[in-house]
Amino acid sequence: MFSRRGLIAVLVWLLAAAYLVPMVVVLLNSVRTAQEIAQGSMIGWPKFWAFSNYAVAWSGFCIAQTCKGIAPYVVNSAAITLPATLISTLLGAVAGYAVSLWRFRGDRWIFGLVTLGVFLPEQMRLIPWTIVLRDLGLSNTLAGLVMIHSVQGLSFTALFCRNYYLSIPQELMKAARIDGAGFFRIFWRIVLPLSPPILVVTVIWQFTGIWNEFLYGVTFTTGTQQPITAALIALATSVADVPQYGVQNAAVVLAALPTMLVYLFGGRYFVRGLTAGAVK
Amino acid sequence: MSALVIRDLHKRFGAVEVLKGINLDINSGDFTVLVGPSGCGKSTLLNIVAGLDTASSGDIKIADRIVNTVPPKDRDIAMVFQSYALYPSMTVRQNITFGMECRNIAKPAREAALTRVARLLQLEPLLARKPAQLSGGQRQRVAMGRALVRDPKLFLFDEPLSNLDAKLRVEMRAEIKQLHARIGTTIVYVTHDQVEAMTMATRIAVMHGGEVQQFADPETIYNRPANVFVARFMGAPPMNTLNATLDTINGVPHAVLGQGISLPVPGAPESHRGREVVLGIRPECIAEPQRRFGDADPLIVSAPIVMTEPTGAETMVTLHLAGQRAIGRVAPDTKMQAGEIGRFAIDIRKLCLFDPQTEKLLA
Repeated sequence: MFSRRGLIAVLVWLLAAAYLVPMVVVLLNSVRTAQEIAQGSMIGWPKFWAFSNYAVAWSGFCIAQTCKGIAPYVVNSAAITLPATLISTLLGAVAGYAVSLWRFRGDRWIFGLVTLGVFLPEQMRLIPWTIVLRDLGLSNTLAGLVMIHSVQGLSFTALFCRNYYLSIPQELMKAARIDGAGFFRIFWRIVLPLSPPILVVTVIWQFTGIWNEFLYGVTFTTGTQQPITAALIALATSVADVPQYGVQNAAVVLAALPTMLVYLFGGRYFVRGLTAGAVK
Repeated sequence: MSALVIRDLHKRFGAVEVLKGINLDINSGDFTVLVGPSGCGKSTLLNIVAGLDTASSGDIKIADRIVNTVPPKDRDIAMVFQSYALYPSMTVRQNITFGMECRNIAKPAREAALTRVARLLQLEPLLARKPAQLSGGQRQRVAMGRALVRDPKLFLFDEPLSNLDAKLRVEMRAEIKQLHARIGTTIVYVTHDQVEAMTMATRIAVMHGGEVQQFADPETIYNRPANVFVARFMGAPPMNTLNATLDTINGVPHAVLGQGISLPVPGAPESHRGREVVLGIRPECIAEPQRRFGDADPLIVSAPIVMTEPTGAETMVTLHLAGQRAIGRVAPDTKMQAGEIGRFAIDIRKLCLFDPQTEKLLA
């Protein structure tokens, strides 16, 4: 006999399992040989644990005529994601602080315009960015992508930080102003030290979003400048005698690893930070 | 010398005028309490004095210098807030010295000021703690320390005791009063609590509806309230206000309440003879019949008792004085029962008369 709760638990487990099936398939295929997959099915338990797939995917596989594996592209992604995450988070914190704790004429309008960016579809921004990158001479560079992600991320980070900072009492600001602290001193000495919960949220959000971003990567970069998400496509379409499913799956796992680690270690703080207030 | 002068100060938020022409002259060394119900504009006024808000028109002078456009940090003021507004991520030491740090005061001078204030407020054992590790009273004390360390021309307090429990509030009230006696700096203190106003102030400004209703010493405010609002706001339970007619009996003007009760009011103005007035009588002026007020024979009245509320130290009695509800304060051992007719001694020396239309004090 099932109790109601038991039934719900079973359903939840089933749903979770269904959701995890693609990941399991990828993980299993990442340690199967290409022959094994080609002769059998995409779904199956590895007969032989081909961990070498990972080594090949990382540093040996040929993508677009170079045979250095995905390592250079992972490095590209890191070189884009880390600075863009830091810049967008810091700028978002300052912007959120300005619109939440400093009342000035038109502050609501500015906040409204900044957060409009949250709702603009990516595709709509492609052509403007193309023009900007061209005019700045940043086409097909990592710096160009860092700039795009820093600017676009600002919408989210400013929104998150602003909402969080609203819980900082105005009296704290008044006390600091009477003490003689200005805009940036209050930010560095009082607001930023209260910010770790929301900064964890924005860093995780930005890191995951930028690492996984595909459209800009594939549109604005080619060849050796591509981030890993764009390079994976090149890898999937690279011509070989036998489709290298095993190696490709290993590459997918490696590409997804950073964000999965961020989720594993930071997920708790993410949920906690979203619901936290700044003081108490 | 005036430590603070406020001239024709107006503040409008759109169409709403929250301060309607405030004028105050606050003397150096005074402990001035701005008191009034919430929404009366007292906190807005304090914020404008501090420079945290701007006036729509009018002048603020601190120590004979017009400071209308001077930023808060340059006004030579210090402020204590209701929520204490301690910086959560800093230690007590950092909280107190932050202002000096912002002003680039040299380390030795900072340390000396910190030591002085920490000793004054007994904060020495707490200096390394964060605000979250302090009790309410300790936080309050640190907030005071942060203000005191400035050694300013003017202290501003914005309801600093409202977040404390009743017992601690009474303790801190005494502490602040003693502190003022010791350091003698001018204080402007905002509260909605009339007891705080009465106990601490040397001068009280009662505010209501964006206007100063009365600005005087506590005794005058209590005994000679300028209008019905001040009369009923100051004092708990509030002053009884009863409808009466002014009449002359045996050559002396009397406030006639009806049902044979009339109270002599010798100072009543000639102009109001025969007209309606509002009689103000403090609850402590209605007491048990044995009570003597000064040398005069007491005036005794009979009135039905509606309710008694013993507080231990005294008993509040609600009675019907000529059909009008009033509250008296009688000695706790007086036998009085609801439903009976009681006899009460009236202190006729402290009666107030108000004009029923303007509600202003007549006598």
